[in-house]
Amino acid sequence: MSVTGIIFSNVHDSNIPELTRLRTTASVPYGCRYRFIDFTLSNMVNSGVTSVGIITQENYQSLTDHIGTGKDWDLASRAGGVKLIPPNFTAFAQNSRQSTAPTRLESLKSATVYISRRKEELVVLSDCDVICNVDLGDMIEFHKKTGADITLATKKTVLSAEQAAKNIIIRSDKDARVNDLLVYPKDLTGEHDISLNIMVMGRQRLLDIITDASAHGYTSFNSDVILRNLHSLKIMSYSYEGYFACVGSLSEYFACSMQLLDPDVRKALFGIKNRPVYTKIRNSPPTRYTAGSFVSNSLLADGCVISGTVENSIIFRGVTVRSGAVVRNSIVMQDSVIGAGASLNCAVLDKNVVIKDNVVLSGHESLPFYVPKNSIV
Amino acid sequence: MLQKKECVAMLLAGGQGSRLYNLTEKTAKPAVPFGGKYRIIDFTLSNCVNSGIDTVGVLTQYQPYVLNEYIGNGQPWDLDKTYGGVKLLPPYQRSNGAYWYRGTANAIYQNLGFVERYDPDYVLILSGDHIYKMDYSDMLRYHREKGADCTIAVIDVPLAEASRFGIMNTEPDGKIYEFEEKPPVPKSTKASMGIYIFGTGVLKKYLAEDDANPSSANDFGKNVIPAMLASGAKMYAYPFTGYWKDVGTVQSLWEANMDLIGEHPALDLRTPERRIFSRNATRPPHFIGRDGKVENSLITEGCEIYGTVINSVLFGGVKVGAGAVVSDSVIFEETEISEGATVDHSILDCRIKVGKNCVIGAPVSEGSAITLLGADMTVDDGVKVPAGTMSSDLSKEVK
Repeated sequence: MSVTGIIFSNVHDSNIPELTRLRTTASVPYGCRYRFIDFTLSNMVNSGVTSVGIITQENYQSLTDHIGTGKDWDLASRAGGVKLIPPNFTAFAQNSRQSTAPTRLESLKSATVYISRRKEELVVLSDCDVICNVDLGDMIEFHKKTGADITLATKKTVLSAEQAAKNIIIRSDKDARVNDLLVYPKDLTGEHDISLNIMVMGRQRLLDIITDASAHGYTSFNSDVILRNLHSLKIMSYSYEGYFACVGSLSEYFACSMQLLDPDVRKALFGIKNRPVYTKIRNSPPTRYTAGSFVSNSLLADGCVISGTVENSIIFRGVTVRSGAVVRNSIVMQDSVIGAGASLNCAVLDKNVVIKDNVVLSGHESLPFYVPKNSIV
Repeated sequence: MLQKKECVAMLLAGGQGSRLYNLTEKTAKPAVPFGGKYRIIDFTLSNCVNSGIDTVGVLTQYQPYVLNEYIGNGQPWDLDKTYGGVKLLPPYQRSNGAYWYRGTANAIYQNLGFVERYDPDYVLILSGDHIYKMDYSDMLRYHREKGADCTIAVIDVPLAEASRFGIMNTEPDGKIYEFEEKPPVPKSTKASMGIYIFGTGVLKKYLAEDDANPSSANDFGKNVIPAMLASGAKMYAYPFTGYWKDVGTVQSLWEANMDLIGEHPALDLRTPERRIFSRNATRPPHFIGRDGKVENSLITEGCEIYGTVINSVLFGGVKVGAGAVVSDSVIFEETEISEGATVDHSILDCRIKVGKNCVIGAPVSEGSAITLLGADMTVDDGVKVPAGTMSSDLSKEVK
């Protein structure tokens, strides 16, 4: 059965405002060489989805640049491939833009033409910040086998109150049929099934939902569509058991990034046979370590020159760490330069930052010190 | 509708490269891995693209599978063009028979039909076994300015080594008056780099004459260039300054890899201009463990380092176990060095499993010879492979 993909690139833009000031959530850099959307795109490609529409609203320059023709995901294809779906503003209806942070349902309205022109029977919809390696093929099989109208991917997760308030909690019966759904509950803790914000449904079903939502002025997929239809539609919960990073804030971004230093996490995310994670190819040379370098418990991409000390850190492509510099417990994004004798601790450096010689910056793991893109410190 | 190209490059990639031993057992020399994430041919292909040449014929003959797959449609080098791009040119059958490529000149001669399809003014002849970054468009400009029939790129080599090369003796303006192949007493230090630019008409004329000569070995250096000089053709030497290395031997391949490391490497791959492109494997970032130690080395994506790596080049997906020490070595893709093993002054091909506490090779400081292990070998725990071993002497499983 053929399946097409839809990815929402802007839905969680307000979660990490520091990192999404100049970019979509989809293009937030993650894990030395990736962007958030790479995980979702790779999950789709690895499951045989060969046409993907990415719904964008604003700030999508970096995303356009990252995706390019889609060839790095083998999505440069005449039959489908990857298409960016920008917002549908017209010269006659300037006010058609409903809100600055549109919901999934609102963004889907601008994609109806795209969706209706696809030929696939099923559609898989996913948020862009789903850091996991899920076999969507298996989820689609489950969807078909159970005769579901809509299938939601869920993961059993132990939540703090802060995390629960940023997640959709799914409750289901013993047959995995969803019977309740809590939207961003307050004061909830403990182990619950959270929604991964990945859904499978018939393409025609999706079009009907969008039409109905327009007519009724519905805006939320979870509150207006799922909750209202718990009895009239068969909504199933597909339980995913692999690794999932739930990134709802800068401190969670920091914590989840640091989890990548754990070999088991890397194995669960990158080490699954035939399910690699693709990203934009940059043609960086291998990373060069010079004679005085000292690196421990760190993950580094290609293209760096390391002459100083790096410990417990995530180093993106093209970073320079000069001699005598010390980078500890930090995330340093693409092409940043750490000057001689400088010292970083619990810092998140966005792209292209220059830390001058002997500068000392320190944050705390609960409140990492964030340095915006292109800053000179 | 064919479009004219100003210059078409013809890249000679059919050589066996027997002095690379096991490395070219199943792979043509241009497809031999180099520098952590490249293959030798990436340098010439990237030079073409960076010089504005978008039509490249790659002449293949020996063990082509790896090379064919690697080049594919040319997409990594932006050579997947609607018109032009990179084309693989193996020997083929024609109405009057089928012939292997008998020499460098004959390989081009057999493919003049390919060249003619693009109606170029110039043909650039390249070999796929050198490591260098060069702007061919500058050489082409020189060729046009001199009004030359043929321009040969030359590089200054130390006088003591000049007798290993084809040496060009030139007038002060660069005009070549004599060519000597490996002269015992060299008159100059201008060594041919095996890079030629010909006017298309001139090339066709001399290749036809060469083909008609039954005693010719059909080689550019040995036959065509001397014949052109003898007949009074206008031939110029284009002086190239910069890094250039023939990687035809195990020793020179090792040296060229070592030239990439250090504070100021002899060949800096990180400069933004004239980038080298390659076909990328999909691997996660590399990881250095808590007790890992890496100094003066190149490490590529997918590596996991729990031991020590010094003065070495590691390709993608190499694993170095805790307590293992890799020094002065080049380790190709997916090779695994287990806990406590020592690898010194060696080249290890792809997917080798080096067992625990093995000792491969001996330190450079002891004046050891290079050790070479071929692809897919397994070396049992605790085995000692003496310095200077070439894996062709060993079985696939060393016990």
